[in-house]
Amino acid sequence: MDSLVKKICAGDVRLASRLIRDIEDKLPEAKAKIKKLYAYTGKSFIIGITGAPGAGKSTLTDALIAALRKKNKTVGVLAVDPTSPFTGGAILGDRIRMQRHAEDAGVFVRSLATRGALGGLSHAAGDAIHVMEAMGKDIIIVETVGIGQQEIDIINHAHSVVVVLVPGMGDEIQTMKAGLMEIADVFVVNKANRPGTNQLQTELASMLNLASKNGKGWQPPIVMVGDAFEPGAFAEKIAELERKIEEHHKYLIESGKLTERMHRKAMAEINDALSACLLEPVIQKLASTGELDSFAEKIKSRKADPYTVAEEIAKNYFIRQDKK
Amino acid sequence: MPERKIRVMVAKPGLDGHDRGARVLARYFRDAGFEVVYTGCHQTPEQIASAAIQEDVDLVGLSCLSGAHRALFPKVVQLLREKGASDITVIGGGIIPEQDFPMLYEAGIKAIFTPGASLDSIVEWIKTNIKPH
Repeated sequence: MDSLVKKICAGDVRLASRLIRDIEDKLPEAKAKIKKLYAYTGKSFIIGITGAPGAGKSTLTDALIAALRKKNKTVGVLAVDPTSPFTGGAILGDRIRMQRHAEDAGVFVRSLATRGALGGLSHAAGDAIHVMEAMGKDIIIVETVGIGQQEIDIINHAHSVVVVLVPGMGDEIQTMKAGLMEIADVFVVNKANRPGTNQLQTELASMLNLASKNGKGWQPPIVMVGDAFEPGAFAEKIAELERKIEEHHKYLIESGKLTERMHRKAMAEINDALSACLLEPVIQKLASTGELDSFAEKIKSRKADPYTVAEEIAKNYFIRQDKK
Repeated sequence: MPERKIRVMVAKPGLDGHDRGARVLARYFRDAGFEVVYTGCHQTPEQIASAAIQEDVDLVGLSCLSGAHRALFPKVVQLLREKGASDITVIGGGIIPEQDFPMLYEAGIKAIFTPGASLDSIVEWIKTNIKPH
């Protein structure tokens, strides 16, 4: 075994975090390292936590870590926060809620900035998960950036997706909409001590009722989580959430749906890798020769349209090489 | 070519809960294009060192207004060294009397910024002195 692979599989946090950074910064070496590591990945159970900004994702993640640690599960957490489109900077603040686990060697929390990715994660998320898998984490929790209705890349990475909702965000039409409301394996209605809670619960239940196919298959449960400052009641609700996630995991295995999800994940991975391997070098080359700018000039002055430009580039880079 | 992004952590060790300054800095670092991990208040040096390693930051900025900097700042440096992460630079700020500077520098704190230091001067210091890992 390669020495880096050996160390990461033995749980070396320093090297693992550096490798995740290499992936984020798109260093060419990173890809080679992931290639070596890949055979040792794929054994962890991956939970996605997603929902609007401020819905309570980080607090729920923190509580889930505590619940999982009580069962002696090792936990990896990837927490995503947004990158500024103007400066490229980011405040990575999800950790604040999880710092009580900082000294626990069984927990590895790594923050990621979105760096322009629009699906609620970062381009590095997939490979960062692989690094944590190779480290042997039993459970990996991926907390997305605060999202809206459509940023649902998490379904390509997680086995079980928890959608966190809070009361007071709109009428029942919102629960009918496609996207976010369809991807939940488990719903959490968080801050369920606030006005509008009953209404949201009813609307969700009726939406789920319509979606259920003769009661067959998985029915996403709704976990009502109240005030995090009432420790006893909160802990009970977290235990319920953890149970529901576990039940879903079991369902995935027993129903054969897990293989389906793994297939979807593999397809997404090919898609990402292919675009990184085909498109990015071309864009980089065009940028370095200045061609990209001159194409942009042509489009700006309406001497060319973007489709013709793209076809021309494709002809130069792909089709011609193909014939050779 | 791919470029390394500077990652920094802003942390408040000890029992001091006054984090306005730390938050202003975190925000300013964001605007300077850094990725800023903010850990919040009431952190032990152990929590800070361990989080800095998990996050692979280049720099830890410690803020302390309570007077406990003499004990807490050196402890963070020492823990990072013990964990094989002496390449993570530690700087400090807050209410720090000048007579404590030599002791802190001696302990491995690389720079100290006190009230009146401009935000730009801190960002400049980081840009000049920090080469991302």
